[in-house]
Amino acid sequence: MRTAAPVAGFVALLAAFPFLVTAPWLMTIALFTLMYAVLASAWNLVGGYAGYPSLGHAAFFGLGAYAEAIWFQHHGIGSGLAPFAVLPLVGLAVAAAGLPVAWIAMRTRSDVFAIVTITLLFVAQTLAYNLRGITHGAQGMAMPVPDFAPATFERPFYYAMLALLVFALLLSWAVLRSRLGLALLAVRADEDKARGVGVPVGTAKLGAFALSVGITGMAGGVWAYYLSFIYPQFAVDPLVTIAMVLMVFLGGRGTLWGPVLGAFVIAPAQQYLAYQYGASQLYLLGYAALFVLVMLVLPRGVLPTLADRWRRRRLRADVGPEVAVEQP
Amino acid sequence: MHETIQAIILGLLTGGVYALMASGQTLIFGVLKVVNLAQGALVILAAYLSSSLFVSFGIDPFLTVPIVAPALFLLGAAVQWCLLRPLHRSDASQLSLLVTFAVALGIEGVLTLVYKSDYRTIQPSYANRSWTVAGYRIGEVRLAACLLSLAVLGALALLLGRTRFGRAVRATVQNPTAARLLGVEGDRVAALGYGLGAATAAAAGAVYGMVYSFNPNSHYDLISRLLSIVVLGGLGSLGGTVVAALAMGVVSALVGALISPVWSDFSFFVVLLAVLLVRPQGLFGARLRGAL
Repeated sequence: MRTAAPVAGFVALLAAFPFLVTAPWLMTIALFTLMYAVLASAWNLVGGYAGYPSLGHAAFFGLGAYAEAIWFQHHGIGSGLAPFAVLPLVGLAVAAAGLPVAWIAMRTRSDVFAIVTITLLFVAQTLAYNLRGITHGAQGMAMPVPDFAPATFERPFYYAMLALLVFALLLSWAVLRSRLGLALLAVRADEDKARGVGVPVGTAKLGAFALSVGITGMAGGVWAYYLSFIYPQFAVDPLVTIAMVLMVFLGGRGTLWGPVLGAFVIAPAQQYLAYQYGASQLYLLGYAALFVLVMLVLPRGVLPTLADRWRRRRLRADVGPEVAVEQP
Repeated sequence: MHETIQAIILGLLTGGVYALMASGQTLIFGVLKVVNLAQGALVILAAYLSSSLFVSFGIDPFLTVPIVAPALFLLGAAVQWCLLRPLHRSDASQLSLLVTFAVALGIEGVLTLVYKSDYRTIQPSYANRSWTVAGYRIGEVRLAACLLSLAVLGALALLLGRTRFGRAVRATVQNPTAARLLGVEGDRVAALGYGLGAATAAAAGAVYGMVYSFNPNSHYDLISRLLSIVVLGGLGSLGGTVVAALAMGVVSALVGALISPVWSDFSFFVVLLAVLLVRPQGLFGARLRGAL
């Protein structure tokens, strides 16, 4: 476990962040950065490990947000920290809702999967607008604003997101080292061959999808409680999907830390630009340009490219004649 | 009964327009084996261009098609040549899918910057006129749109069936490697194919803008409809796409008339899921695979 110490340091630094930085706008940026790190790690489970690029994860994000809000409205889950306690149930509910969709979408090839998921995005938004009895349509849904002290208002949400990030990373790490992870990587490499040699590809894909959308839904729940007001167009926002995909591709899909790296680069930049200029149509262009750039220049992402370069250099050093001289 | 027949007429006319949009999508899928997520955005872009030409210069929306189509042809060919062609071979299909998505976002972003996000429609003097035949209303624009679609589809079929270029396209669709070995320049065919698919979006856009109100965001709605049609028709079959488009037009018009307009959008998704459950290869997928 050579990596345990830096990882523990990283998490400790994130945990200490709210005490080092007190400016509320920086806390907001940090909160959203953690949220995107959670979302990107979740997307990576399906899009990275299994190679099924989902374009509909924002639908599950919105579903989680609405689940939290509806729970508030109909069952009164209390105030303060109590609403965080229902998050695991929100996650389970979202995962359960994702299973039938995934079952249908993943029976065929990955382009059909992309088609179904992008359609789902639109359907979820239509439902949020039109199931007025449940979602209040375009009026949106309000939740009571939590009574946290204004100076440290972001803290509970920040720690909730941090807990989700640690959970998502532990889960991704565990999946990578498990039979499920092996099965997913086999699916990505060659699904037909994997099925041929007896890998349970269907179960593996469904499992990864359920875990992925469950985490996404929980992040949506925290987000909804933080804003305490949700509208269909923001809860089910294609930009959320795009951000997730872009962060994973930038950092390196299929790696454990790539999505986190991608989120830590893109989310603060995006939040800062929004804070400074507030022009949301500009990020569409920015995202699109960055996306194409990453695909063309760094199709494998930063981490795998760097790892490859480092490995090659070491290999050259091992074989090269100068090493013999340098070695003591 | 009257209401049902009226809805079927409306559905067939709408389906004709969908057939035009979706045929471009099918063509691009056939040639490139890429689901083009930018097709909806291209249609909306064409609708805006057509609307601008109509508002600024008073050009009839139907006459804007020959102006907008070449522009979109060039744009589509450029997208294939500059963005899709250089992608890494190893997982080109996944990357190209996402690149077309990025193109859709880019178009949406530019449109939002230029036109803001208010809804608009193209309103020529005849936009709301209609004929009454045996008690049934037939909108002039919709009928003209349907005829235009048929004309463009016919031209497309001739182009693919009768010309050298068409033969190269069909060969690429059936077997890219063999086509390349026989001297078909794959990249050039792909660029022309994407351009042609984008050009059909130009015709569709002018019509779409007269029949529906749209804003830069509308392409999500549109692309989910188009993709449902393309899957129903069996990815890559042109005849299947046309039949599927007419069927979806009728189904959604019936749902809209008899149940509620809200659920007519939803009927696309339900049909999509049902098709994937019962017949994942689509209506004509197996029989006509590779035949375009």
